[in-house]
Amino acid sequence: MSELVYRGEIQLTRYLADDGTPLGPLPGWAQGPDPLTGYYRQMVLARQFDTKAIALQRTGQLGTYASLLGAEAIDVVTACLMQPSDVLVPYYRNHIMQVIRGAEMHEVLLYWGGDERGNACPGMNQDLPNCVPIATQCLHASGVASAIKIRDEKRAVLTMIGDGGTSKGDFMEAINVAGAWQLPVVFLVNNNQWAISVPRSRQTCAQTLAQKALGAGIRGEQVDGNDAIALHEVISRALEQARQGKGPTLIEALSYRLSDHTTADDATRYREQSELKAAWEREPVQRLRNYLHQCGHWDESREQALLEETKTTVQSAVEQYLATPSQPVDDLFDYLYEECPPGLAEQREQARQKMAGGEHHE
Amino acid sequence: MSNAITMIEAVNLALARAMTDDPDVILLGEDIATNGGVFRATVGLLEQFGERRVIDTPLAETMIGGLAVGMSTQGLRPVAEIQFMGFIFPALDHLIAHAARMRNRTRGRLHCPLVLRAPFGGGIRAPEHHSESTETLMAHIPGLRVVIPSSPARAYGLLLAAIRCNDPVVFLEPKRIYRASKTLVEDNGQALPLDTCFTLREGGDITLICWGAVVQETLEAATRLADKGIGCEVIDVATLNPIDHDTLLASVSRTGRCVIIHEAPRHGGMGAEIAATLAEKALLSLQAPIRRVTGYDAVMPYYRNEQIYLPSVEDIMSAVEQTMEFV
Repeated sequence: MSELVYRGEIQLTRYLADDGTPLGPLPGWAQGPDPLTGYYRQMVLARQFDTKAIALQRTGQLGTYASLLGAEAIDVVTACLMQPSDVLVPYYRNHIMQVIRGAEMHEVLLYWGGDERGNACPGMNQDLPNCVPIATQCLHASGVASAIKIRDEKRAVLTMIGDGGTSKGDFMEAINVAGAWQLPVVFLVNNNQWAISVPRSRQTCAQTLAQKALGAGIRGEQVDGNDAIALHEVISRALEQARQGKGPTLIEALSYRLSDHTTADDATRYREQSELKAAWEREPVQRLRNYLHQCGHWDESREQALLEETKTTVQSAVEQYLATPSQPVDDLFDYLYEECPPGLAEQREQARQKMAGGEHHE
Repeated sequence: MSNAITMIEAVNLALARAMTDDPDVILLGEDIATNGGVFRATVGLLEQFGERRVIDTPLAETMIGGLAVGMSTQGLRPVAEIQFMGFIFPALDHLIAHAARMRNRTRGRLHCPLVLRAPFGGGIRAPEHHSESTETLMAHIPGLRVVIPSSPARAYGLLLAAIRCNDPVVFLEPKRIYRASKTLVEDNGQALPLDTCFTLREGGDITLICWGAVVQETLEAATRLADKGIGCEVIDVATLNPIDHDTLLASVSRTGRCVIIHEAPRHGGMGAEIAATLAEKALLSLQAPIRRVTGYDAVMPYYRNEQIYLPSVEDIMSAVEQTMEFV
């Protein structure tokens, strides 16, 4: 004979229809202007920044850049819900999160402009730097969370990953150990449907990415990643559970990558225009604006003022970025070890001479 | 307090000392807590320091590497054990792509004061994948310190140094000599330097450069060669990255002859790096070509044939005699 020993289910949380109309009763906090107008302002800033960064790249003033287009609600709501003492372990698409968490906007540009100081960001405190190797950040998040648990602190760790990254062993090992040790960590998957050219359907035959949590024995759920209200509800609950010692959560936020993978990519090679057009009907910024308009918390004059304000903020960051001189030669060598070892110091001297136009590099 | 102890006991002693001195030192790895490690390196430490600081992990080496990176950015000093070096590769992504460059890529905002310990090398009749020497892979990586002790005293002092170091350290323990000898080790909490080679025997005729388990064979060869009137200087490199070339250069400049001995394969090995540096900086002091006695550029054989692979005392003596005969 056999018997049923386990049954799992995955919930999707959604409050706003694609056009911003409530689908049903909303949480009480979502009726007032705060925090939603604050979220909206940051989302608009994020989009302005993104547009500008792409323009900089197209004009040869920035290196390859990974656009955040379509992830504005996920990034802004998450960053605003995190406490300063929490730790963000980002991937490489979390520019606005980093700015909200304390990085200077011009530092974010420095990173994509080929300068390590874009990861230095004194304002980011203990947040980890951008993580380019796929899914490795998930294990770092579990490691940070282990340290927090060992020290009995009430802090949460949140890491982000794309849908493609959930195919990697690092992700599976990270959620597994987070469950085994009941770590204070939230794994937030930005399922934007595309990993460069490979669609979500070819990553896995799992019906949802959230259900991977079930294999690790942790909470897993889906949320509409274009719906700021739903994101607030789901992410704030998961962060609070982490801080309270109630263990990890895997959240799959359903979104759409409205941009190419990076500025070096051309999505028209592999993606139907009709799919992209349909995705723009669901996008997060317009949806929240529509909702705020319906509530009377937003109007055209505020919109115009905000656009002016964010344009100025971005322009000022761009100017600061463009005016930042390159790092000196020594900086190639001086951060590898706590103290520069003699052999490396010798090479540092050779590099100094090379750049001074003196003795040729041997 | 001094006791005659083995190298594996010295590792255990250093771990206990480091954990006593610094509450941020924690241990993690497979079978290290209740079982005390498959070689017993961590035996008794769970009882002494509790399960918060001596942690049995799920069976996943990538995870061990990644956890250590994350923990260390919080100021913990994780000492992670990889059960055998043959299983270190899944963790390399985290060592190379993250630990070794965290300080550099954050311009010093964060760093990774972690130690990854792993037993390595052949000679204990172990199963497949348990006997390799792949230290060169790690010594090639900027920002990663690679340290190999070859005696109980150096295991104690170098492991303390590795744990206190604010850079990531791969600490490779030559398991063939884990219990080869007992020597007096004083548990005085004193670390040995990570930026210097150790001259184990002085001699004026030829310099023998080595590390790991073959230090034993090299010292034995030097003793026997002394009977033949050849004075060998034996240097244990100990720290492969960043390496102390100055000590090696000074010795070879004096003796004019050199043999490099390592168990790892020859091609692109650390012996090649050392020989190239000696040729660049001390060519006019050399009276004979630099020779290498190494493992073959072959997959480590299963244990029935591992003695064919491992450098022997006779191999070393023969290379020295040929180098001495060169005119």
